Amino acid sequence: MDGSMLTELLVKQGLISAFLFVGVVTWISYWLSTHLTRGHIHGSAIAIALGLALAYIGGLYTGGSKGLADIAIFSGVALLGGSMLRDFAIIATAYGADLSAIKKAGWVGALSVVIGVVLSFVVGAVVALAFGYSDAISITTIGAGAATYIVGPVTGTALGASSEVVALSIAAGLVKSILVMIGTPLVAKYIGLNNPQSAMVYGGLMGTTSGVAGGLAATDPKLVPYGAMTATFYTGVGCLLAPSILFFIVRFLVG
Amino acid sequence: MIVYGVALLSFCTLFGMYTGNLLGELLGVNANVGGVGIAMLLLILLSNLSKKQFHLDTVSESGIYFWSAMYIPIVVAMAAKQNVVAAVSSGWLAVIAGVLAVAFSFAAIPLISRFGGDRDIEQEVK
Repeated sequence: MDGSMLTELLVKQGLISAFLFVGVVTWISYWLSTHLTRGHIHGSAIAIALGLALAYIGGLYTGGSKGLADIAIFSGVALLGGSMLRDFAIIATAYGADLSAIKKAGWVGALSVVIGVVLSFVVGAVVALAFGYSDAISITTIGAGAATYIVGPVTGTALGASSEVVALSIAAGLVKSILVMIGTPLVAKYIGLNNPQSAMVYGGLMGTTSGVAGGLAATDPKLVPYGAMTATFYTGVGCLLAPSILFFIVRFLVG
Repeated sequence: MIVYGVALLSFCTLFGMYTGNLLGELLGVNANVGGVGIAMLLLILLSNLSKKQFHLDTVSESGIYFWSAMYIPIVVAMAAKQNVVAAVSSGWLAVIAGVLAVAFSFAAIPLISRFGGDRDIEQEVK
């Protein structure tokens, strides 16, 4: 089989090739996580960063706007990473979330989730404004990205934001996730992160599940389930609020 | 049957998207308003119904868990297909937004924890 036949195969079996591609990227990322960062930065965060880096290389190479997916043999990546499968997988993560857990966390836990989403959103939106974005859709998408790298693209797709803005929202969420992982053990004692109650508030405020789990594991492994419990609700609340109420408020404010 | 779980997930997704589109139309915006969030809420509600009212066996559940586990790989693919070249020119925006979001959130933790006041959960653990 010569090169062109292999290329043809990879293009024809686009989605299958994309599974292989993502599997390889993930494997490399988890290897880097264990060996280079001694587990301090979670493999998933490295994998997403690698994805963005490859999109950059793909964009430079082809001059197109769909990142790596503009290279024919990686065209399936656009299908695997498209909004249809993405939303499907995100919704699946809600399964098994325990409603009684939220009751146990009480109104402080619930409050922390809502405040966490709104707080990050406002910060991201203000930064977007400061960088000269003036349309409600871009501001909302970047604000949502400051919540998590999921809420950003989900909001961007729902509102019809440009891929450039969606990429920014992923990157903002990724910076947040990595900072939470690294920063939590450093600031833990200053913010009173030493009991289940504050761990739940922490999970609800930060919201990035991988960041919260990684950060708490490095601080006190016993606290992980409490933080993760509220963090799992964050994405849902973010996906609900950002493309609706928060978008309307932004649109009202910027006209 | 695994497909029951997948089908249930599909139903929740389609229901959420439809409701989101409907909301968008009602509110006069050309957008899906909260569709993913609505679908997640529906799935949480269904999975928390008592076993008599609604029950998926373990095999059917694995159809949902598979997609749940594919979430990060799909996010990696999503990242790889974005227009990063165009975004890099304002890359500092992402860094500053991420850093400030974390700083403000960290600062809010002691404030809200204090709001909670009582430590009954902690006692429960002990």
